[in-house]
Amino acid sequence: MDLHLLDAEPTAEERDAVDALLGAPTSGWDGGVRDPVRDTHVAFGGHDARAQRHLLLPALRAVQSRVGWISEGALNYVCTRLTVPPADAWGVATFYALFSTAPRPKRILHVCDDIACKCGGAEELIGRIEKTIGPPHHPPTNGGPIHVGDFAWVRSPCLGLCDQAPAALLQEFGASPREEPIGSATVERLESVLSGAENSGEAAHPRAKRAGEYTLLTKRINEVDPTSLEDYRAAKGYAALARALEIGAEAVIAEVTRSKLLGRGGAAFPTGRKWDAVAKQPARPHYLVCNADESEPGTFKDRILMESDPFALVESMTIAGFATGCELGYLYVRGEYPLAFERMENAIAEARKAGLLGGSVMGRSVRFDIEIRRGAGAYICGEETALFNSIEGLRGEPRNKPPFPVQAGLFGKPTVVNNVETLMNVPHILLESGEKFAKIGTDQSTGTRLFCVSGCVQRPGLYELAFGTTAKELLELAGGLPRGKKLQTVLLGGAAGVFIRPDELDMPLTFEGTRAAKATLGSGVFMVFDDSVDLRDILVRIAAFFRDESCGQCVPCRVGTVRQEEALHRINSKKMLGGMKREVALLDEVGAAMKDASICGLGQTAYSAVESAIHRLGIYSGGAR
Amino acid sequence: MEETDVIFLWGSNARDAHPIFFHHVLKGVRNGARLYVVDPRRTSTAAWADVWLGLRVGSDIALANAMARVIIHEGLAAGDFIKRATTDFDAYRACVEKYTLGYAEQETGIPGDVIREAALTYARADRGMICWTLGITEHHNAVDNVFALINLALLTGKVGRYGCGLNPLRGQNNVQGGGDMGAIPNRLAGFQDMVDDEVRAKFERAWNTKIQPRPGWNLTQMFLAMDRAQLTSLYVIGENPAQSDADLHRIERLLGALDHFVVQDIFLTKTAEMAHVVFPASASWCEAEGTVTNSERRVQRVRKAIEPPGDARDDLWIISEIAKRLGHDFGNPTAEDAWNEMRSLAPIFAGMTYARLDACSGLQWPCYDEVHPGQQFLHARLWSNPPEGKLAPFNVVEHEPPVEQPDEEFPFVLTTGRRLESFNTGVQSSGYASPLHRGESVDIAPEDAGRMGIADGEMVRVTSRRGSLEAPARIDFALKPGLVFMTLHFPDQVPTNFLTIDAFDPKSGTAEFKACAVRVEGVLPGEREAVAGPYSAALRAGGG
Repeated sequence: MDLHLLDAEPTAEERDAVDALLGAPTSGWDGGVRDPVRDTHVAFGGHDARAQRHLLLPALRAVQSRVGWISEGALNYVCTRLTVPPADAWGVATFYALFSTAPRPKRILHVCDDIACKCGGAEELIGRIEKTIGPPHHPPTNGGPIHVGDFAWVRSPCLGLCDQAPAALLQEFGASPREEPIGSATVERLESVLSGAENSGEAAHPRAKRAGEYTLLTKRINEVDPTSLEDYRAAKGYAALARALEIGAEAVIAEVTRSKLLGRGGAAFPTGRKWDAVAKQPARPHYLVCNADESEPGTFKDRILMESDPFALVESMTIAGFATGCELGYLYVRGEYPLAFERMENAIAEARKAGLLGGSVMGRSVRFDIEIRRGAGAYICGEETALFNSIEGLRGEPRNKPPFPVQAGLFGKPTVVNNVETLMNVPHILLESGEKFAKIGTDQSTGTRLFCVSGCVQRPGLYELAFGTTAKELLELAGGLPRGKKLQTVLLGGAAGVFIRPDELDMPLTFEGTRAAKATLGSGVFMVFDDSVDLRDILVRIAAFFRDESCGQCVPCRVGTVRQEEALHRINSKKMLGGMKREVALLDEVGAAMKDASICGLGQTAYSAVESAIHRLGIYSGGAR
Repeated sequence: MEETDVIFLWGSNARDAHPIFFHHVLKGVRNGARLYVVDPRRTSTAAWADVWLGLRVGSDIALANAMARVIIHEGLAAGDFIKRATTDFDAYRACVEKYTLGYAEQETGIPGDVIREAALTYARADRGMICWTLGITEHHNAVDNVFALINLALLTGKVGRYGCGLNPLRGQNNVQGGGDMGAIPNRLAGFQDMVDDEVRAKFERAWNTKIQPRPGWNLTQMFLAMDRAQLTSLYVIGENPAQSDADLHRIERLLGALDHFVVQDIFLTKTAEMAHVVFPASASWCEAEGTVTNSERRVQRVRKAIEPPGDARDDLWIISEIAKRLGHDFGNPTAEDAWNEMRSLAPIFAGMTYARLDACSGLQWPCYDEVHPGQQFLHARLWSNPPEGKLAPFNVVEHEPPVEQPDEEFPFVLTTGRRLESFNTGVQSSGYASPLHRGESVDIAPEDAGRMGIADGEMVRVTSRRGSLEAPARIDFALKPGLVFMTLHFPDQVPTNFLTIDAFDPKSGTAEFKACAVRVEGVLPGEREAVAGPYSAALRAGGG
């Protein structure tokens, strides 16, 4: 590999952080002290060195977590250790929102100002923070003096705590870093968490509302200790894996196919077909990837599942790996989910200790293990091929398809990639049979669905419902709107979803029902807006979100998301170019270009919510406020 | 190259010196091939390798023979192939027996376990390829070095098969073509032996002239003959010996003493400046018709795109006009006429009409008739049972260190080579700006620089028994203590070849550019800045 390194040297702290992850260097060629005899006569590198590239993200995270930012010296050292060109690594380090390549305080408070939290009073909270704490952090400008204090706060996109809006996340970097999600945030609570007097409390005990007759996915939430393997096993845990091992891989896939389970990540692809396709690929190895990079604004279901029932995900992944011929699975957890990461790490370690992962799963000649990876703040990494690139240590940019992941996914190998919720259905299917599962819900949408209810409702939270429930019923289950408020709209499916009108609430929340109504279930977001919310502000926030999260790889999305946000700003500030009609025509045209020509779903859906607000709600023609 | 399992680049910095070829190496690597780089320096090529074997300058045979011993002792020699297709194996086996890992480690500096692993990997691979360049051939025992590598390939049966073989990388696009056409002292076109009476008779009939029944001189022998005043007229075409040869003080003296000195070139080189007559030639890649032959023996057409500037003329035209003045009228042949005549005399090219070269995008020799598809690799004949033609001999070769060894007065070994952005003496590459151009430097190991208090960029004086010059030092972690490195790219500023030794291999005539003894001294008086710590220098040097 051609490495053109910089002059900068790492500090002892930075070196320690990297060495703690990678172990000490072995020679002068990978960052250690040069041995004038051995190192001048032999060096190793090549395939083995390049195969470490996937450790780039964890190594950068190690530095960030210890020091609070990634200096050139640290980057240099990471590159020397992993044989990655610094320019390349710089591209990766600057890709993720949770990494800083400029000096920053060791304590950072991320305050969510995304759409659900906006409804929950985020702007008022931020106004008060500005008064009591001061203005938000800005990276030092080039050449300017660098003053790094002890603490700073920044605005943040959705933190996945929408059921507890407004929300914040405190990060403290150092030898023993601390991360505290803070729900129902007030200035007083923030100050008390900052002073260390209180931990976040609320977020550590996720709320799960249960409704209806089914609790396929939520039965253990708040009932079973999420840190205890013993308790999990006592609550029917690992019965499904035992059954899977007994009936064999092909029968597992047949059962999943019979259940007609569709993917819950947004694309609704039949899970059985995906598994079958990977299982039949002759190329080896196969990989399993569990997509837990839940970043769609308004979505928090996977967080609650991982925080509350982590062993179930480990078991589900093991079944999927066994069925599809994978010996290694990657679990990619969203960077903003410290508790979910901690719980999953613990569950994996416990399962490994108990012989439920590793060289002989449950004493059989079945090999399966899970590597856990943590994201670093990039919405786009929820796109499956971007996720592969992120795991491989590249920038999280989506790949062109074909080839599809089942043919050439992670590390170019056949890969089955499933969302957390999708996988968690599998144990139930195996224990109860695919046929029984298929009887729940509707003919085309089988099983239950997790809905993330947030916004202006009495009881926000996670709701598990059989497919077929209407939007109206769900709204009623959540207690309806606060007294005296009138429904303006519901956002289905998140920022990439669709606003629906109050007169459309009879829409059944099924794949086919929403599709027929030209809406989407997406990731299960059900965000309610009353008539006091200025939807024009919400649209600008959504547009800003896509502009910020676009990876910039393809032109339609990179340029289109900017043009869209500009047009919405012009409309809001009444500085329209050639009148409203022309602005809307421009938005439509830009939206169509993004939809037709973007590489991935981000660009393809970046206009979706705005479009529905314009044409469904008539937001700019007097329909909504 | 792209579909092999293991690649040895031996004495080759292909990443810098053969960058296009190196793309093919990288394709092989990306297809899974393991790459071993044998070089005294950890070059940019070695930085791509799975294993860099950083041997001492000139200890190649010790390494190769030790690898052979491991292969034989592990029972990995290709027994049937050796028995059927080779000769002299017993003598070879007896010779390599003394090259134990301990001895090899002592001579090469490479840990024995690393040598062993390299040998086993090469022997066990289904397909393996050894490529070499001047790190093998610019030694006083160049031919022996090459034999040592050929022996390894024969020992493991890695010749004459797809994805296997021995590959000397060529320095220009048409070095092979020069040999093909008979521009070597002992062969006529198509590598036909000029001492063979029948061959000579064939050419004499075609050319209607007499051909001397003995080989001519090679470059080294020519200079020796000049020294004896036996050679007094010289006609140089497209070569710049006044800057490219070893021990330049001597070369300058000899060229200056010629009675008649003609140079034909596309540039007014340093050599041309010394000539009595200069013929400005056309650039053969764009201003002339013809063919070239690349490293894989593929003959390809070259087409004229533009007219040569000013008075510059096609080489063929110049030679024909000289012939005319000397009393032989060639009759204004075109390039195709000359080619067709050559086809009629050299069987290996007989099937390569211009039409076929066009249609097939080039053909690999031998190509005996107009339906012959050309041959992808030589020596497949060794695998037929019994093998066709002559059996392949093992050549017993022994380790022999470079002629000039470091001593108290000249404690460093100077080795020379090339850099990515420059080409040979810079005739074609120093005239343009490149961000990579940084002029000549004396590259030195950080340990030596630290010991001598030499800072990066500081001017130093380098002295050999033949000459002395000044250049800025550059600390380079690619080097081991006791080794310094320079190039010949900037002869006008730093004439490196004033230092090099004119010891040469009597079998090939190649000079030992890769090793001579020198002394390095700082030229700044007084206090020196302390050099940076090893880690920071490693980063600068691009190690890792």
